[in-house]
Amino acid sequence: MLSQESLRQINKEIAKYPPGRKQSAIMSALRIAQTEKGWLPKEVIEFVADYLDMPPMAAYEVATFYNMYDLEPVGRHKLTVCTNLPCALSGGVHVAEYLKRRLGIGFNETTPDGKFTLKEGECMGACGDAPVLLHNNHRMCGFMSMDKIDRLLSELENQ
Amino acid sequence: MSARALILAGIGADADRTWRLQDYVARGGYDTLRKIVAEKTPPEAIIAELKTSGLRGRGGAGFPTGLKWSFMPRAFPGDKYLVCNSDEGEPGTFKDRDILRYNPHAVIEGMLIGAWVMGCTRGYNYIHGEIFQVYLRFEEALEEARAAGLLGQNILGSDFSFELFAHHGYGAYVCGEETALLESLEGKKGQPRFKPPFPASYGLYGKPTTINNTETFASVPFVLKMGGEAFLGLGKPNNGGAKIFSISGHVNRPGNYELNLGTPFPELLEMAGGVRDGRKLKAVIPGGSSAPVLPADIIMDCTLDFDAIAKAGSMLGSGAVIVMDETACMVRALERLSYFYHEESCGQCTPCREGTGWLYRVVRRIEEGLGRSGDLDLLCSIAENISGRTICALGDAAAGPVRSFIKHFIDEFIYHIEYKKCLVPLAVQDLGSQINVNVSPT
Repeated sequence: MLSQESLRQINKEIAKYPPGRKQSAIMSALRIAQTEKGWLPKEVIEFVADYLDMPPMAAYEVATFYNMYDLEPVGRHKLTVCTNLPCALSGGVHVAEYLKRRLGIGFNETTPDGKFTLKEGECMGACGDAPVLLHNNHRMCGFMSMDKIDRLLSELENQ
Repeated sequence: MSARALILAGIGADADRTWRLQDYVARGGYDTLRKIVAEKTPPEAIIAELKTSGLRGRGGAGFPTGLKWSFMPRAFPGDKYLVCNSDEGEPGTFKDRDILRYNPHAVIEGMLIGAWVMGCTRGYNYIHGEIFQVYLRFEEALEEARAAGLLGQNILGSDFSFELFAHHGYGAYVCGEETALLESLEGKKGQPRFKPPFPASYGLYGKPTTINNTETFASVPFVLKMGGEAFLGLGKPNNGGAKIFSISGHVNRPGNYELNLGTPFPELLEMAGGVRDGRKLKAVIPGGSSAPVLPADIIMDCTLDFDAIAKAGSMLGSGAVIVMDETACMVRALERLSYFYHEESCGQCTPCREGTGWLYRVVRRIEEGLGRSGDLDLLCSIAENISGRTICALGDAAAGPVRSFIKHFIDEFIYHIEYKKCLVPLAVQDLGSQINVNVSPT
């Protein structure tokens, strides 16, 4: 179900916790699984639960509780725009509007070619770099001007 | 006065290259730990020094650190845990991110000293989901510390051992609440626990646990190095030391400024380049989105410390200063914050789960020009019924802004309800507005 590399990374996470506390690695394991698969189908969540000796429902609870897990397919590039107050005061809402226009989609939608998904995010703890957006959960992009958005989109377009 | 007084001192333009162990050591890092281990400093002496220093928790609650550390049952047999709360998601707060990426070893040294004092064998640093790159850097810093014999078994050749690991969150504001964070560390939904029992007696995996904020841990080596009296002297009585203020919103130079507690607010505003485009200051949220908003005339007279801000009717919280100028619509600002608390309520307690949604829907209809005459009383009554009736403080955090925005800016709310329009011209608003979308002009 998961690659050897993903399993190696999960094992590394398991080793951080005391014996018998494998469940503590569920958040990382789901992150690693999602990075490999692009999103988290039920079978993957069940596999990860089984790997950590925990009930599938407990893993599913975690996957549905934390908002960076994707329980439905997303585009190759997921862009999450912060529109919370500090970002909004610096133009975060305009960034979101501009992205919607450029991509021709709304929040929680994916472009027909499957390349981009747009999400609205909550505070990412980087308000000094506002407005900020997150690319595929792991890359933070700050001070987003129209110009920088254009450059980011053409960079991702070619990936 | 320097805007980088302590933890961020000596960290400049090449900050992304000066975070490594060798750089921290060159700045005097790990001296305090080495001294403690070599001299076998008694834990009680360190706690006494922390109490003298007036160091208070930097995560938001401002609880005295020395007192918190004294609660741990040091003699309790078996595992005891130390947890660093780097789940920084309070809107406006972005200081821990800079500490972790520019001076991660200060956090590690602070945790090592904590482990020494409280007899902890194992620790975790719980890092906010959205800052994955910072998490990776902290992992690298841990590797450096392990390789140098500063972490693991027999630290610096002594019989002191402490293991420390990084745990990566994945998007849940409520996990900044310490017991939700512990649940999350155990691999569960991050829903807060009833207190008591407090973590010092029943924490991670049911074992005694102490949880401190990133900045608190990072402050500890500096406190002990300069001495409690000197640290206290930086600030003012009961508000010891320097603290990092994250300033965002309508200022020319948003960012982190590390200032002595008790610094007048206008000085911080000036360091941040003043209000954007020379506009007029309207309001400031001084301690993260959960802190009550203060109008310009009140905040301009405040000094930045726990007691002064509390006296002015708000709280210093995490030191996250959100600045709004005259172009900000207070109704729209409150609507966005109310949406946040509704979105992030964990759903465990009915008053919070239902109340935050209710607050949001009522503020939204006022913002959209559909407000009713009794709506402000309704909002205050909902807020009143959430406060103090939930397991954790998220419910109070949602109620606080509602009450303070209405209290200080009631004219704007009434204008929205009566005239179905915004007092602030829509053309100058950067918050986005819905009032012109749904309502035809009267």
